[in-house]
Amino acid sequence: MNQDAIKDLLYRLADDELVIGHRMSEWTGLGPFLEEDIAFASIAQDEVGHSQAYYTLLHELLGEAIPDVLAFQRQPEKFRSSLFTEQPNGDYAFSLIRHFLYDFAEEVRLEALVKSKFAPLAELAVKLSREERYHQLHAITWVNQLGSATEESHRRMQDAVNAAYPMALGLFEPTEWNDILAAEGIMPREQELQAAWYLKVEEHLTAAGLTIPAVSDPSAFYGGRSGKHSEHLSKMLKEMTEVTTIDPTAVW
Amino acid sequence: MKLNSLDPRISRAELPEENQYTPKTELDQWQTWEVFHQRNRGEHHTHVGIVHAPTADIALLFAKEQYARRMKCVNLWVVPTSAVYATSYEDSDMFEPGIDKSYREAFSYKNKELIQKFKSEQAEQAAH
Repeated sequence: MNQDAIKDLLYRLADDELVIGHRMSEWTGLGPFLEEDIAFASIAQDEVGHSQAYYTLLHELLGEAIPDVLAFQRQPEKFRSSLFTEQPNGDYAFSLIRHFLYDFAEEVRLEALVKSKFAPLAELAVKLSREERYHQLHAITWVNQLGSATEESHRRMQDAVNAAYPMALGLFEPTEWNDILAAEGIMPREQELQAAWYLKVEEHLTAAGLTIPAVSDPSAFYGGRSGKHSEHLSKMLKEMTEVTTIDPTAVW
Repeated sequence: MKLNSLDPRISRAELPEENQYTPKTELDQWQTWEVFHQRNRGEHHTHVGIVHAPTADIALLFAKEQYARRMKCVNLWVVPTSAVYATSYEDSDMFEPGIDKSYREAFSYKNKELIQKFKSEQAEQAAH
């Protein structure tokens, strides 16, 4: 199996989870109300935990540095996360829709990875899928509720879909390894995953009374998979690594 | 003036320094739901606390994170607090027996000791 292709794939998976997990965690203590604050923070923690699991595979099987170093000591251009995940928070509706679009993309990916010929990744995908069930329940319940609860909630959710959907396409930015990963049975092509994802999110958004906007340039939010990030990522990483930077060798 | 905080997330939000929101009036909140938790299939559901939520399915979402995150759970119930019909503390006298009724209380039978005595006798006989 092509080690470079697997390495690149694992970085994409891990970095997406770390960056979106951190963005979600930024709501901790500031959430709309206590119970939702706790639920959202818990999902954020799960996503960061997933990133740690992927970084561990990179370290143990592919000779990369330990997870803490990979998470806290890499430059932004080394990150393979999509531009979608690094976008700053705004309205809570945006964070909810991002969580909805992202977790369905994750579900589609994990469903495919369970059958991956790269056995350690297939085993991990089975474990991570278990946590995804609650993430999806949380996302679907809120999309259903707020999609039609009041005029204001509908407007804010639709605005969030209009803003987030074109960005979410960046999750499926094809890389140079796209065909090799598919040919070796490690993971299907990005286009195939995107098509499966579209069917799921379209069904739920329509049921909630929300509409997917037309996208003129699907590649508008490409770049993250080759390390071309916006300033949002560098700012986020600077804040995220503020404490470890003081003394990277400190023991916790 | 924008609110300046040691927490960068607060400063980023560019909130006005003066609070513009009027506090909610008392009880102008979502209803509460009583949460019942089941540790293993077939066991009783046990009351573990409450959550605020607008609907039953959202109450379940929250119940899972508040009450089933750190302990084993196979099933959760949520029941609107308003559906609970309860006795009044003012009537709590009715739980106090007026006269001695200890003969009604199963714990006055010392079965456990009798059973243990029987078992040890059996064991002794078997040893001989």
